[in-house]
Amino acid sequence: MKKDIILAGVGGQGILSIAATIGMAAVDKGLYLKQAEVHGMSQQGGEVQSHLRLSDRPIASDLIPEGEADIILAVEPLESLKYLPWLAPEGWLITNTVPFKNISNYPHIDEVIARIKERKNHVAMDAESIAKNIGSVKATNIVVLGAAAPFLGIEYEAFEKALRNIFGRKGEEIVNMNLKALKSGQELATANN
Amino acid sequence: MQKLLLLGDEAIAQGAIDAGLSGIYAYPGTPSTEITEYVQSSKKAQELNIRSEWSANEKTAMEAAIGMSYAGKRAMVCMKHVGLNVAADAFVNSGITGANGGLVVVSADDPSMHSSQNEQDSRFYGKFALIPTLEPHDQQQAYDMVHYAFDISEQLGTPVLIRIVTRLAHSRSAVQRKETIRQQNKITLPSDLSQYILLPAMARKRYRTLINKQDRFLELSETGGYNTYHEGSDKSLGIIVSGLAYNYLMENYGYRKVPYPVLQVGQYPVPEALVRKMDEEVDEFMVIEEGFPFIEEQLKGLLSKNITVKGRLDGSLPRTGELNPNIVAKALGLESGYGDPVPSLAVSRPPELCKGCPHIDTYNALNKAMEEYGQGKVFSDIGCYTLGALPPFQSINSCVDMGASVTMAKGAADAGMHPSIAVIGDSTFTHSGMTGLLDAVNDNSNVVIMILDNATVAMTGGQHSSALNRLESICKGIGVEEDHIRVLSPLPKNLEENTNAIREELGYEGVSVIIPRRECIKTLSRRMKTKAKKKKKESTQ
Ligand SMILES: Cc1ncc(C[n+]2csc(CCOP(=O)(O)OP(=O)(O)O)c2C)c(N)n1
Ligand code: SF4
Repeated sequence: MKKDIILAGVGGQGILSIAATIGMAAVDKGLYLKQAEVHGMSQQGGEVQSHLRLSDRPIASDLIPEGEADIILAVEPLESLKYLPWLAPEGWLITNTVPFKNISNYPHIDEVIARIKERKNHVAMDAESIAKNIGSVKATNIVVLGAAAPFLGIEYEAFEKALRNIFGRKGEEIVNMNLKALKSGQELATANN
Repeated sequence: MQKLLLLGDEAIAQGAIDAGLSGIYAYPGTPSTEITEYVQSSKKAQELNIRSEWSANEKTAMEAAIGMSYAGKRAMVCMKHVGLNVAADAFVNSGITGANGGLVVVSADDPSMHSSQNEQDSRFYGKFALIPTLEPHDQQQAYDMVHYAFDISEQLGTPVLIRIVTRLAHSRSAVQRKETIRQQNKITLPSDLSQYILLPAMARKRYRTLINKQDRFLELSETGGYNTYHEGSDKSLGIIVSGLAYNYLMENYGYRKVPYPVLQVGQYPVPEALVRKMDEEVDEFMVIEEGFPFIEEQLKGLLSKNITVKGRLDGSLPRTGELNPNIVAKALGLESGYGDPVPSLAVSRPPELCKGCPHIDTYNALNKAMEEYGQGKVFSDIGCYTLGALPPFQSINSCVDMGASVTMAKGAADAGMHPSIAVIGDSTFTHSGMTGLLDAVNDNSNVVIMILDNATVAMTGGQHSSALNRLESICKGIGVEEDHIRVLSPLPKNLEENTNAIREELGYEGVSVIIPRRECIKTLSRRMKTKAKKKKKESTQ
């Protein structure tokens, strides 16, 4: 088993929480892991990206070679496109479709979505609305993680356990909301594919 | 002992705690900051009473660590690569004094300049100071090497440099801790009390001692276990690969063996005997190293024949920037993958000041005040406020090294430029702007120094600023006239008032200090969150 995942988004969107959840689930399953993060500058709204590699054998490089990623998992649609050079031909592009616009030259969102849909293997969803319906936009990242869950090669329950661990301190309510977010993402991905 | 999932930085910190550290000294700087932060937030470190507060700059950090080592205890100093320039005087001379308690310096290089002004390679400093230098290739080795570094530091009485790079510092992987945790040292003074007195007569003796240790350092490089020779059947090429670059080499061979002989380097001086061994059996060399062609340049003196060396110098690998698996594949003539190109519509998001940042209001006022003088007269420094160089502000004209704004403004004023303005952050000012201000006061230079006090070291993630609550008294103490130390409140509603205050000081002939003061909104919100959490905890108890 080997999964190379690129996580992408904008500062504050919870990319590193996704990485921590997958990481915890993977380590729980006894997998090897390497995760390179770009700790950008402190200011808000910059690009955030992480290379996450899982395998049942030791992993050499901290960076994923170009053309070999199994998944791009993005919380922002424009960001999802910036890492296409890393995605393998059969790789999955899984992304939220709600744009984060903090630049004046943000392209028309329809063009961005059209470009995402050119990929044979993609899951594009309005994760923000889904998260809102569940109770908080803050869970948008976990909805996207849920949508990626079927492709990660780790059983679903391991992610639930990791979320309980990570959000446990914040109380039962937050844990349940995140579990619901994970579930809705997963159901959406399995229903569409 | 349990396995932990750690950043390279955190592995170093955990390694130091487990190796019997008594104090860590540092000034923040990407990508080294998390080493010290890990110690600061470690419960174990608190129990063990390990000293870990931030220092004013890298030189004071280095010197304090030398002092702790003098007293017989183990000390670590951490910094980003350019920090070693600031600490260089103390660092190089610590090679000559030698160490008493274990003394380990960690310098984090930033090839490709993800968040730095240059991509200098710290290994040169290790060689320059004539001390052993270690270069881990992964998180586990980073952890293990810290133990080894403290061991050889104490056995051989020398400081040891550990050089890491961004991709190791900021990459996470599982680390197996050692079974036994070492006790801290007790206070023991150096056996020779003249060891640290570098008066010429004594310094010559100490320098000789250091030179005499070189053979032993080399021997350790050759036999210590961090430089390994992997045999290979195809002798058409021999590969020398150091630090993180080893991972990229191995990635390209998957789980197959590399067919060529490989010398994996993790310790310096360059292991000459192992290089000569390779020289005897291969037709050609390739050197793969992250950073400058450090080993590559040294090979010339070691190889007997007129043999081809491929690497960063002959263009087989790019001369600048960090490596990755694809670049290494190309150099080796191996196939490497590629995906779709980035579509042209995927525009980038240049960094910009946060909405509500106090620096925005300062720059708005400064730009207005400068309208009558035109552009090109504002020197600046390093921090969040450096983004004032970009649109929409374009207020500042320089960013060279920490503290340079003050002294450059002074120099330009000396040349007759008017007005001459420095814009510097509170932390950068106490790091190394204060001494420049003293020069300006002593010369009565015609400058306006703006110290942007956002009550934190924002750029590197909101660390405690040594300048907190001290700026006015420092400036007064240095000799700036009290009437020309002006504190402003950078808020949109004060634009007019602040602009006028700047105008007034621009009209004063002499040294003025203007302090726009408002907390960084990110630090503020973090502080509020912690406060709320604490309150909640107290109320539930
Ligand atoms: C010699 C050196 N040490 C450390 C750094 C990393 N660094 C860049 S800016 C900065 C501090 C900025 O703090 P401050 O001056 O208060 O400005 P702010 O970011 O808060 O606006 C640091 C530590 C550096 N570039 N050079
Ligand atoms: S982190 Fe603080 S100082 Fe930096 S841009 Fe944001 S508000 Fe301004």
